[in-house]
Amino acid sequence: MKVRLLYFARLREVFATGQETPDIPENVTTLADLLDWLRQRGGVWAEELAAGRAYRVAINQDLVERDALLHESDEVAIFPPVTGG
Amino acid sequence: MKIAVQTEAFDLNAEVGALYQANPKVGAVASFLGLVRDINEGQGVSTLSLEHYPGMTEKALAQIVENARQRWEVLDAAVIHRVGALLPTEPIVLVAVASGHRGDAFAACEFIMDFLKTRAPFWKKEVTPEGEHWVDARESDDRAAARWGGSDT
Repeated sequence: MKVRLLYFARLREVFATGQETPDIPENVTTLADLLDWLRQRGGVWAEELAAGRAYRVAINQDLVERDALLHESDEVAIFPPVTGG
Repeated sequence: MKIAVQTEAFDLNAEVGALYQANPKVGAVASFLGLVRDINEGQGVSTLSLEHYPGMTEKALAQIVENARQRWEVLDAAVIHRVGALLPTEPIVLVAVASGHRGDAFAACEFIMDFLKTRAPFWKKEVTPEGEHWVDARESDDRAAARWGGSDT
């Protein structure tokens, strides 16, 4: 399954990329699975996405919880807590 | 209802005027203007750089305004947020709400601003003489949004 991953602000800089469209394994079905899969890259991925780190995730532009299900072509955005206004 | 994310400056009088000039039912407009300060966490901030998530930002702001409409009489509203590079004293955000009476206008304006701070995907970076850094989110902003209670918190 392919999903579009977007990264913003500090995470975009730390990951050194703003977007990617990886082919994710079949056993990755929820957001929690996807985050585990990304953490397996090690380095900054394991560090920034570790449990307890503050970051938010939106699927198709709606904030979601970790048990959210993934679907083909979903837009998944991972970003730091927001600081507008 | 006007939702805008833009680099250019906005005209406060024109934006507020547009909320009531064609609607004699409006008895009150409450507006909030947020400005770039020259002292935040760093000393002598020279520039504030704002990034956002195009698409989600507008969607999140529209949902926040809709949530306000469910709670109070909102006859019209404008939410304008600037992005890009901003200097101290420059306006960064405008939230204005038109209602029949001041109570609803004040409350809805504050509600929209509280959720804009915690739900709308904007990020600030301060560029100072000592270097640049991303601004950290504040717990006090989460508390400000949480005090409204309900499912939209």
